[in-house]
Amino acid sequence: MTDKPARHYWRANLRIVLSLLSIWFFISFVCGILLVDLLDTFRFGGFKLGFWIAQQGAIFVFVVLIFVYIYLMDKLDDEYQLNNKRKDSGQDVADEDTSS
Amino acid sequence: MSVQVWTFIFVFLTFGLYIGIAICSRAGSTSDFYVAGGGVPPLANGMATAADWMSAASFISMAGLISFLGRDGTFYLMGWTGGYVLLALLLAPYLRKFGKFTVPDFIGDRYYSRTARLIAVFCAVAVSFVYVCGQMQGAGIVFSRFLEVDITTGVIIGMTIVFFYAVLGGMKGITYTQVAQYCVLIFAFMVPAIFISILMTGIPIPQIGFGAELNEAFGGGYLLDRLDGLSSELGFGVYTEGHRSTQDVFFITAALMFGTAGLPHVIIRFFTVPNVRDARRSAGFALIFIAILYTTAPAVAAFARTNLINTVNSAEYSAMPEWFSKWETTNLIAFDDKNGDGRIQYLANPELNELSVNRDIMVLANPEIAGLPNWVVALVAAGALAAALSTAAGLLLVISTSVAHDFMKRSFMPSISEKQELLYARIAIFAAVLVAGYVGINPPAYVAQVVAYAFGLAAASFFPAIVLGIFDKRMNKQGAIVGMIIGFLFTAGYIVYFKSINPAQDNAAGWLLGISPEGIGTLGTLLNLAVSLTVAKFSPEPPESVQAIVENIRLPGDTQPT
Repeated sequence: MTDKPARHYWRANLRIVLSLLSIWFFISFVCGILLVDLLDTFRFGGFKLGFWIAQQGAIFVFVVLIFVYIYLMDKLDDEYQLNNKRKDSGQDVADEDTSS
Repeated sequence: MSVQVWTFIFVFLTFGLYIGIAICSRAGSTSDFYVAGGGVPPLANGMATAADWMSAASFISMAGLISFLGRDGTFYLMGWTGGYVLLALLLAPYLRKFGKFTVPDFIGDRYYSRTARLIAVFCAVAVSFVYVCGQMQGAGIVFSRFLEVDITTGVIIGMTIVFFYAVLGGMKGITYTQVAQYCVLIFAFMVPAIFISILMTGIPIPQIGFGAELNEAFGGGYLLDRLDGLSSELGFGVYTEGHRSTQDVFFITAALMFGTAGLPHVIIRFFTVPNVRDARRSAGFALIFIAILYTTAPAVAAFARTNLINTVNSAEYSAMPEWFSKWETTNLIAFDDKNGDGRIQYLANPELNELSVNRDIMVLANPEIAGLPNWVVALVAAGALAAALSTAAGLLLVISTSVAHDFMKRSFMPSISEKQELLYARIAIFAAVLVAGYVGINPPAYVAQVVAYAFGLAAASFFPAIVLGIFDKRMNKQGAIVGMIIGFLFTAGYIVYFKSINPAQDNAAGWLLGISPEGIGTLGTLLNLAVSLTVAKFSPEPPESVQAIVENIRLPGDTQPT
């Protein structure tokens, strides 16, 4: 990948994917499996916290993660297309962090 | 009206609907047949993906398995939904950008090799086939219980319907019937769940009723506390505590997640939307539609378990309601009065236990156990058929495209015309329907378990090859081929060893690192990754043109690679 906007786009993309996947791993494998007994000592209503995350909470988080991804990537795509146009018209390419 | 009459009405109406849709959406070209012309809106594709994905295993078996597994059942819940995060973030957008018809297409082009393509064809057919067996078996159970026809007739009816719309419409017909099937199945799953939740806790949302207090009639107190008490009293262990080893639960969850992301019939659905943005969006919609059922299932499991114990334990056998004897005739419930007191003792101890309940029937029997109206019971049967048929159709399509497109057109007979290719695809579906029907009549093991193996195989063969193909430009054909072969053989070998060759060893002490055959796909995936990366390091890098493909799929926009 030789041109700057493309490299920039791919790096930002990887950053988004990695941060969302670490949340994915944390909620499912860490909270839902490894630390489930510890979290079970907390209760809300009729649920033990660990049990609830394992059987319901994690699924809600998964849904939210995908929609956050959709939002961030749409924004990133728009920026890339804009940068490409600017590059074509001879203007400078913005290089600030766009994923945050 | 009796349950049977209601069931006939629902099954007749829904089947009529599916056939009507099939006639309206006939396929004219191979692109229509393989990917519905690439013009499916993301919301519709999300629904179709959800129906494609939620099989007889999700609908019939899963809540039942969870109600017997307690907290450990979580690996089905998280495993079968968490995979969508991987699918949405790591695969769907890139594969859509790549813009071909099938998974072997991607593997074959990305790894510039006919061998890689053929291995992918073999894996796709093997995985889909294992999976389709589970669907046919599920459809058979429903037909035999609710329509009281024998399983053979039931399977033949089901196969005829699938055959009709899959052959006629290909992916286009399948997509729009799946949208209808999603509506049928989610309605059929939610209505009894809501009824039971109101009945037991007074709360109409099962997800909340799950953590609520029981009505006086059911003894009061929090549902889960009551269930914990009942199950430990009978010796089954506390419901909300784990009974399997942590590493086994970890590995099974991971295998189901990687498998979900590697299943060809799910991946192929993302080729049907117009562009990359829509691919991401439809993955999101699909998970919402799936989550509606998956967050309800653990609640249904807990309700069903409590209800079952309440109804049968220490009750007079002669006073059992009608549903009990109906399930007895299918041999899915069996009572053996060991101490001769005429009462049912339902206990964990196999010496004293007098009742055996097949886990697959919990969802189907649940509305009857709770005493819901007959039409609700019948609705569940129609929903279960929708779930089984929609998934079976998606799988059969993968088998037929793999054979007609990847095996014949792309590998051995590149000169055949589009018309001939379409004909071969239809013949392949016909053959696949016959074989699947045969397996449905002579089935192996429990539905969800059979399906769980398909995930292990998909995880260990496809998932690493596709992910590396996108994220590692340096990955070459040698690495991918050796990785897929080793991953697949290792996982299949482990499952066959413990399930057929040496079943006596199939317990925690005999397993490698305490990992059950259901979870071994994770190890197979890691092995595949490690082998691929090592082999690729010591062999030449892929040609320029292939590296250009990889660069192209990483960028946004809808230009297709040449």
